[in-house]
Amino acid sequence: MKIDLTDTTASKVNKALVQGRRAIGTPAVGMVLTLVIVTDEENAYDALRAANDASHEHPSRTLVVIKRVSRSPRDRTQSRLDAEVRVGADAGSGETVVLRLYGEVSDHAQSVVLPLLLPDAPVVVWWPVNAPLDPANDPLGALAQRRVTDTYASEQPVRELSARADTYTPGDTDLSWTRITPWRSMLAAALDQVVCEVKAVEVEGEEFNPSCELLAMWLADRLDVPVKRSLSSGPGLTAVRMDTDCGPIVLDRADGSLATLSIQGQPDRAVALKRRETAELIAEELRRLDPDDTYASVLRFGVERLNSVPASAVRGAEAAEAAVAKAVQAVALAEAAVAKAEVPPAKGASPAKGEAAETPGEADAQEAAAQEPMKKAAANS
Amino acid sequence: MPPFTVTEANPLRDAADRRLPRIAGPSGLVIFGVTGDLSRKKLMPAVYDLANRGLLPPGFSLVGFARREWAHEDFAQEVHDAVKEHARTPFREEVWHQLIQGMRFVQGTFDDDDAFERLRGTIEELDKAQGTGGNFAFYLSVPPRSFPVVIQQLKKHGLADQTGGSWRRAVIEKPFGHDLNSAEQLNKVVHEVFAPDQVFRIDHYLGKETVQNILALRFANTMFEPIWNRSFVDHVQITMAEDIGIGGRAGYYDGIGAARDVIQNHLLQLMALTAMEEPASFDADALAAEKTKVLGAVRLPKDLGRDTVFAQYAAGWQGGEKAVGYLQEEGTDPRSKTDTYAAIKLGIDNRRWAGVPFYLRTGKRLGRRVTEIAVVFQRAPHSPFDTTATEELGQNAIVIRVQPDEGVTVRFGSKVPGTSMEIRDVSMDFAYGESFTESSPEAYERLILDVLLGDSNLFPRTEEVELSWKILDPIEEYWDQHGRPAQYPSGTWGPVEADEMLKRDGRSWRRP
Repeated sequence: MKIDLTDTTASKVNKALVQGRRAIGTPAVGMVLTLVIVTDEENAYDALRAANDASHEHPSRTLVVIKRVSRSPRDRTQSRLDAEVRVGADAGSGETVVLRLYGEVSDHAQSVVLPLLLPDAPVVVWWPVNAPLDPANDPLGALAQRRVTDTYASEQPVRELSARADTYTPGDTDLSWTRITPWRSMLAAALDQVVCEVKAVEVEGEEFNPSCELLAMWLADRLDVPVKRSLSSGPGLTAVRMDTDCGPIVLDRADGSLATLSIQGQPDRAVALKRRETAELIAEELRRLDPDDTYASVLRFGVERLNSVPASAVRGAEAAEAAVAKAVQAVALAEAAVAKAEVPPAKGASPAKGEAAETPGEADAQEAAAQEPMKKAAANS
Repeated sequence: MPPFTVTEANPLRDAADRRLPRIAGPSGLVIFGVTGDLSRKKLMPAVYDLANRGLLPPGFSLVGFARREWAHEDFAQEVHDAVKEHARTPFREEVWHQLIQGMRFVQGTFDDDDAFERLRGTIEELDKAQGTGGNFAFYLSVPPRSFPVVIQQLKKHGLADQTGGSWRRAVIEKPFGHDLNSAEQLNKVVHEVFAPDQVFRIDHYLGKETVQNILALRFANTMFEPIWNRSFVDHVQITMAEDIGIGGRAGYYDGIGAARDVIQNHLLQLMALTAMEEPASFDADALAAEKTKVLGAVRLPKDLGRDTVFAQYAAGWQGGEKAVGYLQEEGTDPRSKTDTYAAIKLGIDNRRWAGVPFYLRTGKRLGRRVTEIAVVFQRAPHSPFDTTATEELGQNAIVIRVQPDEGVTVRFGSKVPGTSMEIRDVSMDFAYGESFTESSPEAYERLILDVLLGDSNLFPRTEEVELSWKILDPIEEYWDQHGRPAQYPSGTWGPVEADEMLKRDGRSWRRP
């Protein structure tokens, strides 16, 4: 059922909610949180649809705050609140209020939202687009335990990541981070299967997709190895290559849905890694409402430290030297692999395996040498 | 939940990173009796749902073993159909593609040595092609009489041998024997081949969210535990009712009966969870210790004829359909004494529960399908209201609705709006469907994942099974020697004898 209110106030909206519930005969509902969606008219429909889908997993009161643009000085001085109250089948499993703010009141949205929050239940604010620079200090963001932004939807995602790192407050989170959970989980599962030390990583994906940077930073942060971010034409993330002391581990997803996991010495395996809908991302985001410390640590790692040699290695040395060092390291790696293969066949290693281990090592050395000048060029530009 | 099993060596695993799900390590599942109903309706869909939620390792393999003449493709087709029909989550092509690569079928009977050799070959081939690392769980979805054969065959063909850090596990379904003796024998057979910690007994009730929630309700909150004892609780009723009859399962059911089929495992487990003391931690050992303790403290009524009832459904109408009586069911011995309804009263001899009766009942062809635990509280010791005001007030109760319509109800008195003082029962309701996902995982999903992870929290142990039989055996023996089962019309809430049994104690059954 839908109730339209024009030029209204929060207390009238509250009355309409009670009236709507009475009318459909469910006076008490087990809603577990309030989800506030702050958006513009253009993105409201898609965001609300995703929230309604997610509400099947997390019954919630959804407040959509739409700030209308005023196009004349007269509009700006007049202020008006329109509301659309939806309960029952029209609102997923929960209640939805679409709030349209005109003129001056759009600068005071928190005064409308505050009386409409569910008592004693957590509040989540989600900005599908145009997230404030400092979510925690935004008047609406300050009401929430959890603030969800989406750097993917911004003009300069990578720069925005740095901004998020500067203003990070516990409770902040980003859908670009949520998007890579299946990748992270699959990579962790891949490392469960082998006892190898990772030497270097390459994360490949489309440009302007902050998920690639976040994944790269996560790997760099956890593994403490150099991580290279390289570009492809997408869709989204396309591959992660890990160089380990027992050969490469590659997770490759060319088509955005089915990926291949290849581990040296093991058969290739198909794994489902479909790009997920916004509704699924929001549902995952609402599953835990405590601060995401892993995300914090990844953000703090810093985008600018990607593509560089880790602190523990030769910092400040000549690029050429670094290349040589890397090549030497790679050769050593290959040698180690050969040595390992030559160890009495405890695990049934065959000479063929030793050869196989050697090849990627050499290839790595060449690649490393070849890439170094490019990186230097990039640094100069 | 148990502490996340972190592989110490894996730098990508971090206990603080709670988005990462518990993914099983490289492994495979072999299902014996894969053409059966359980496998089609529950196991295969559960495997798909797990894969769809990204909880299965890459390369996970599913091997079916049955008599039917199938090729791998026929088997895959069968799984495909079962998944499409019964899976909880939507069908997705890429997930199916991932699963199908590891699907194999082995044709044979349980006494066929060649078939088990082929099974071993298949497992070795999967280790190579899918990287399952020799880790396999054998799910015995087979009739009890085939248990020993299959277990022995697994041993004979070296399929139960764990080599080089890999694991082999056995998953068995109820019934775990039909009395203490047979249960001990079965345990002996199984443990001869598989180590006790590699044997997983499925009691699918324990995989249900509502059952796990009993522990959360009791031990994560402060407001319930202080009154969860003899000072406040009057009695506890645990009910599991089915609206269906025995269907075509006369061969299995006759001679087993409701008490062995349901009370011995499900109801006694529910009772143990309701009555046990707080475990020191939430790991499998601590839980089992508390459950064993409380099952060991169970006391049978002195007069079994007075405080137990067994009965059979007679012809009648069930939910608008005509139903035949148990003795008229096809394949049933017309003189059968098998119980389709059983109600028993148990006591627990410890400080918390002394003097509080636990009434357990189960039956087929009852009013509706429902499972619930009702903790009924004593009346207020003194009421300032006069008796007319509280005439309609019953006893306070906390009801844990296990299925369907999962949730918790609290019943208490409230003033009826109006000028006079009149107090009536009202209920306050928490429904899973309202507060959480409409898609909580199926019990089998959770249990299969736990088997692959090696988490034995939700699986009853040998001691628990044997203790349960110790409780039930004297009752079965008594029924066997005294009288015939009472009769109740199909579609009602059981025989009058059961109502009288509670009436003698000054109580009555809840209508669930």
